[in-house]
Amino acid sequence: MSGIDYSEKIPNNVNLANDRTLQRALEHWQPRFLEWWRELGPSDFASADVYLRTAVGVDAQGWAHYGTVKMPDYRWGIFLADPIADRTIGFGDSFGQPVWQQVPGEFRSQFRRLIVTQGDTEPASVEQQHRLGHTCPSLYDLRNLFQINVEEGRHLWAMVYILHAYFGRDGREEAEELLARHSGDVDKPRILGTFNEPIEDWLSFFCFCYFTDRDGKFQLKSLAESSFDPLARTCRFMLTEEAHHMFVGETGLGRIVRRTLEVMKEIGSDDPEAIRRQGAVDLPLLQRYLNFWFSSSLDLFGSEVSSNAATTFANGIKGRPDETTQYQDHVCADSTFEIEVPDGKGGVTKDTSPMRNAMNEVLRDAYTRDCEIGLKRWNMQIKRGGFQFELKLPSGRFRRAIGAWANIPTDLDGRPIDREELDRRMPGWLPGASDKAFVRSLMQRVVEPGKMAAWIAPPDRGINNLPVDYEYVRLN
Amino acid sequence: MSAVPEAKASPPLVTYDTHPDRYLHWRLSFDGPVATLAMDVNEDKGLKPGYKLKLNSYDLGVDIELADALNRIRFEHPEVKCVVITSARERMFCSGANIYMLGQSTHAWKVNFCKFTNETRNGIEDSSRYEGLKSLAAVNGTVAGGGYELALACDEILMIDDRSSTVSLPELPLLGVLPGTGGLTRVTDKRKVRRDLADVFCTTSEGVRADRARQWKLVDHTAKPQAFKDAARERTAALSALSTRASGKGVTLNPLKRAIDAGGYHYDNVDAVIDRKARTATITVFAPRKEIPSTVDAIHAAGDTWWPLAMARELDDAVLMLRTNDLEIGTWIFNTRGEMDKVLAADAALEANENDWFVRQVIGLLRRTLARLDVSSRTLFAIIDKGSCFAGTLFELVLAADRSYMLQLPADEAGAPAVAVSGLNFGAYPMVSQEARVSAHFCGELKPIEAARARIDQKLDAKLASELGLVTFTPDDLDWDEEVRIAIEERTSLSPDALTGMEANLRFSGKESMETRIFGRLSAWQNWIFTRPNAVGEYGALKVYGSGAKAKFNWERV
Repeated sequence: MSGIDYSEKIPNNVNLANDRTLQRALEHWQPRFLEWWRELGPSDFASADVYLRTAVGVDAQGWAHYGTVKMPDYRWGIFLADPIADRTIGFGDSFGQPVWQQVPGEFRSQFRRLIVTQGDTEPASVEQQHRLGHTCPSLYDLRNLFQINVEEGRHLWAMVYILHAYFGRDGREEAEELLARHSGDVDKPRILGTFNEPIEDWLSFFCFCYFTDRDGKFQLKSLAESSFDPLARTCRFMLTEEAHHMFVGETGLGRIVRRTLEVMKEIGSDDPEAIRRQGAVDLPLLQRYLNFWFSSSLDLFGSEVSSNAATTFANGIKGRPDETTQYQDHVCADSTFEIEVPDGKGGVTKDTSPMRNAMNEVLRDAYTRDCEIGLKRWNMQIKRGGFQFELKLPSGRFRRAIGAWANIPTDLDGRPIDREELDRRMPGWLPGASDKAFVRSLMQRVVEPGKMAAWIAPPDRGINNLPVDYEYVRLN
Repeated sequence: MSAVPEAKASPPLVTYDTHPDRYLHWRLSFDGPVATLAMDVNEDKGLKPGYKLKLNSYDLGVDIELADALNRIRFEHPEVKCVVITSARERMFCSGANIYMLGQSTHAWKVNFCKFTNETRNGIEDSSRYEGLKSLAAVNGTVAGGGYELALACDEILMIDDRSSTVSLPELPLLGVLPGTGGLTRVTDKRKVRRDLADVFCTTSEGVRADRARQWKLVDHTAKPQAFKDAARERTAALSALSTRASGKGVTLNPLKRAIDAGGYHYDNVDAVIDRKARTATITVFAPRKEIPSTVDAIHAAGDTWWPLAMARELDDAVLMLRTNDLEIGTWIFNTRGEMDKVLAADAALEANENDWFVRQVIGLLRRTLARLDVSSRTLFAIIDKGSCFAGTLFELVLAADRSYMLQLPADEAGAPAVAVSGLNFGAYPMVSQEARVSAHFCGELKPIEAARARIDQKLDAKLASELGLVTFTPDDLDWDEEVRIAIEERTSLSPDALTGMEANLRFSGKESMETRIFGRLSAWQNWIFTRPNAVGEYGALKVYGSGAKAKFNWERV
């Protein structure tokens, strides 16, 4: 089951050859996808040879197969994780019943909405990063960017397959729309606001991988619990690929920290201006980027108390990450969850929500804990380097645009403050124009094998045991 | 002026008074011949506690402001030819009536809320039809349920085509109820959406995007985000060109002078006196007390103190107050007091100046106010006694009533009450069936209508009025007191539900219109569904919405 048929036009492990109708539909969609890739993918690098990972099987041996390929020739395909025998529904009102191999009619629209929303973010991120290759800090990083791009493209395929295979004409239309909407296009923007902002520098890119893609990871993890088995299997396999994106984010930011520490040591100062003169990123600036990206990513989880969250959990559509291993109560019919809400008088108070309605918050909490891990590591580096600085995640209440804390001014610790104080202090909390200009000034392309831009340290090791100075991308 | 009476401290009284300076949910702006009403609902300012008005959803409070804004445009801004209804939010036009509000409301509250919102939407169409005030729904984001129903009431719908925004009527699949503010009816009757497509549309919770919406005729035009403002301007200009509104100096609608006490609602020209024990309200309308201005200049100078307007606003308010706050007051008794000649003079002034924009608006307000009576779930009796002046416009109260009692005084010709019809009774105030009330009274039979028309402006005594079929009973002074008392006591003892149903059937004879289908077929089914366990039982769809629990239906088809 886990072998992938590469003799087909569309590589797959779903026996596409046995379903002529579906095969034809997807073969009809394929040229449109390629056209989209040529237009909005990393199009200026179409002729480059890139050392990429391509899945040839969904098991441990198969999914990390490496080779040099021109990106438009990448074999995007349809891969589902192997089925789990006798899998039963793991949460909600139908707990314990056999999982569904078809979409139940009554949940069609809920599934469709979730899949389309998830699917829309995949090509969106490719579009956001459309021009980023021109300012790469190294060939190693350039290759990682392209790896992420092709895999986001494959994740689009994963969602499109589900839409085509299980949602009839509606699904095919939605698949077309996934290519019709474009990031930042005022006339046909991507569904989620965040995905319409271009990623113009590599610091933002690493932050995006670390924070925003991590939201994607948590969404995929909760969809991997779904009672709709083909969706669960699709998401399980996507998660193996998504892990690399987290890796790029975490090591990217970690290498920036390391380089900064080297500079601080060299010049014997933590003065931001002095560090910047050396062409490195001062830690307070990094902190401001973390503040920005963490807070904007938190909004992607939705409101603290949500009827949609309750409905999708109850109906077995979307569970919690690691539902089986992390939780005792999988039905949550009567349990409650405490959330912090503004008390309307400038303070914070606790409110009790039915657990099902609070599922977004449960996810957001798990996500926040996951985000902490990298920070601990970087802070350890800073401490070992003999410096006092500590990177911190802002409070989940800071700068929210969705949910109970939307548009409530707070400081970084989540303490409600008045708007005047917020306006006064915000420039110290978020990247300002001079920060952005400085970061932009650092974005000079470095493409000599093994060489790194001055603001980032080399990685500990190369890809697939190759040396760091391997020519991961031949620009031709 | 208004003071909440002690007896009614809880629950607080709902009033319909507001002013653009105090709007919480709408932004009203003017640009020459275009008025823009941008919806920007303040989620924390619901009319009642217990729900948040998220995603531009609305409750009665939001709709009270909408109704007020429309009246301000009608009277205070005659230069406006087209109203643009849009949203101040990005990517969300309006998500409809707030579900949590509906879920926690009593049946009576839901029904009254839907009735008022229906009347406001009908009013938008009424103003387009009779007063040339056109409207454009500039749907600049996702629109669902009641939001789409509001758009449906406009002359045209322009929808943004951003590849994401959808239009939907998700009431049935999501909430197990109907799109009850005209949605189901306007989709077919007004927009001529094929009924199989309407069936698909009304059962698809996620709705359709702009391209299909236009294909299915759910909207008239679509435009891409960058072209949306231009398209809205272009459609507004096209609609304005169809307008027959003439510009002039607006007439300010000052706050109503109203006193509220335990006895009822008291105004200058209208007095609604409540007898809680008898469960009746006696609504007395007073004739003009002095000569009423009758030339255009004088009428304009009188402004909102001009009797026909002042009286209409007060009557309208009294009807709304009684309907919302006094559910058990099941019988409304109409009375009039004053000089009949002055009422007929007012009618003459209305008729003579019907082409003046302001007079036209006054006739419109009277028409819409009288139309509220036809759909009010209250028994209406007209009591034509000594000192009354049911003439012309005020005779509409007799025609709106379920029955009338007129005092006969054979021995006192001079003191005997009279009634009179005026030209205005024969077409100025059509019911929502588009039929004159006198025609509905006679079930459309021409002979008695013509016989009545032959008597325009004549004072008709009880005998003659009875012969003409214009009044129901004409007891003489010997029987009067007892007959009237017994009739009212008997009426108030009957089942309020059955009475509402019977009255709603009998008031609209013969001819149906889109509006009568909304108030009849759609509302009746909706109100049935609203009381069924499948909607409002412990596991009804409306009750469990948002909790994550699935509705449990009784699958029996009834």
